[in-house]
Amino acid sequence: MVPEPFEVVAKRRDTVDTWTLELRSRSGEPLRFAPGQFTMLSAGGAGEVPISISGDPDRPERLVHTVRAVGLATRAICDADPGRVLGVRGPFGTPWPVEDVRGMDVVLAAGGLGLAPLRPALIGLLGRREQYRRLVLMYGGRSPDQLLYPDELEDWAARGLEVLVTVDSAGPEWLGHVGVVTRLVRRAELDWTATASMLCGPEVMMRFMVAALVGQGVPSANIYASMERNMQCGIGHCGHCQLGPTLVCRDGPVYSWSELEQWLAIREL
Amino acid sequence: MKGLEELIADASVFAGLDASWLALIAGCAGNEHVRAETLLFQEGQPAERFFLIRHGAIALEVHSPATGSLVIETLGEGEVVGWSWLFKPYRWQFDARAIKPTRLVAFDGACLRAKCDANHELGYQLMHRFASAMLERLQATRLQLLDVYGNARASV
Repeated sequence: MVPEPFEVVAKRRDTVDTWTLELRSRSGEPLRFAPGQFTMLSAGGAGEVPISISGDPDRPERLVHTVRAVGLATRAICDADPGRVLGVRGPFGTPWPVEDVRGMDVVLAAGGLGLAPLRPALIGLLGRREQYRRLVLMYGGRSPDQLLYPDELEDWAARGLEVLVTVDSAGPEWLGHVGVVTRLVRRAELDWTATASMLCGPEVMMRFMVAALVGQGVPSANIYASMERNMQCGIGHCGHCQLGPTLVCRDGPVYSWSELEQWLAIREL
Repeated sequence: MKGLEELIADASVFAGLDASWLALIAGCAGNEHVRAETLLFQEGQPAERFFLIRHGAIALEVHSPATGSLVIETLGEGEVVGWSWLFKPYRWQFDARAIKPTRLVAFDGACLRAKCDANHELGYQLMHRFASAMLERLQATRLQLLDVYGNARASV
């Protein structure tokens, strides 16, 4: 429960309000994690927030987080320059099922900042590219300047990832796709019944994405989503992140959609 | 090389139509190829045609003096461009611009409307398909309007 001190060793601005920080443990111990897990991150007295790990699981000596500055705690984290020490608890939560989807077509669907929690899975899948059939990333953002990791998108495409990007609006200089991310589904011709999908983004986007995938024939048991709730303790004690009979910090954040859909149908949850 | 009827039959919006109807529709259609940057139509102009994209991409744009042109949707292979030919006053509501070299099937809207007036079963089948495509676009537009990526839930 006690945060470990991690030093900011590198910092990069991704968009106008989003930063990627690389941290190193003061103890020198690498923070081993599975793709999809998160840590509880804190900067001084500004509070603690759950942030998905966005780094390479095979390089645990560097803890990487992509953070959008939207409130007191996340602003304090984004303001931390190299040399500053942040508090880290974790890693917590369930991972993306990268082993279970071997031999399948895999669609990773991300909306906005949702690409960050999928990045470790993407790196893992591409590192074992031969174990999977087609790998497709469907990524939707607000506008071209709000897209994360543009250089890496090109690199991933060169390594065998089919990258489909769309934005909600753009100027005429943008030659990519404009429209909601769900409309990318019809553009991909996959063996849908043997496809697995991992989704991360705003909940409403994921609901519509699932409808589009299921409409193509993807079994809902093959669809996985990373959920966001009010996670505070990170270890299933405080109950703030309850979703149905589960606690997102302990039983999630990654769930199978066939497990999730019954609870998401209840608005009060 | 595929004939017009075959090209039309391949499009999901015309899927399942009888061969005789496909022949009627193809009678109002022709192949076209446009270069990147070609303006297919412009807001306010008479909407006399519509298009089925075979290869390439078309951006729908709206122009404002304050912000310049804004792309509101991009349409790709197998998708229909243009509905304004269907309804009075038959004027385009947006601009449509090819963002890459694009091959199209172009349809004469007045010709097809006349055939639908003469053959109501054909008209019903076509309107049913067009309405389904328009519903899908409407629902996508509603989701787009939510600005889901811009409204981060977290305030922490």
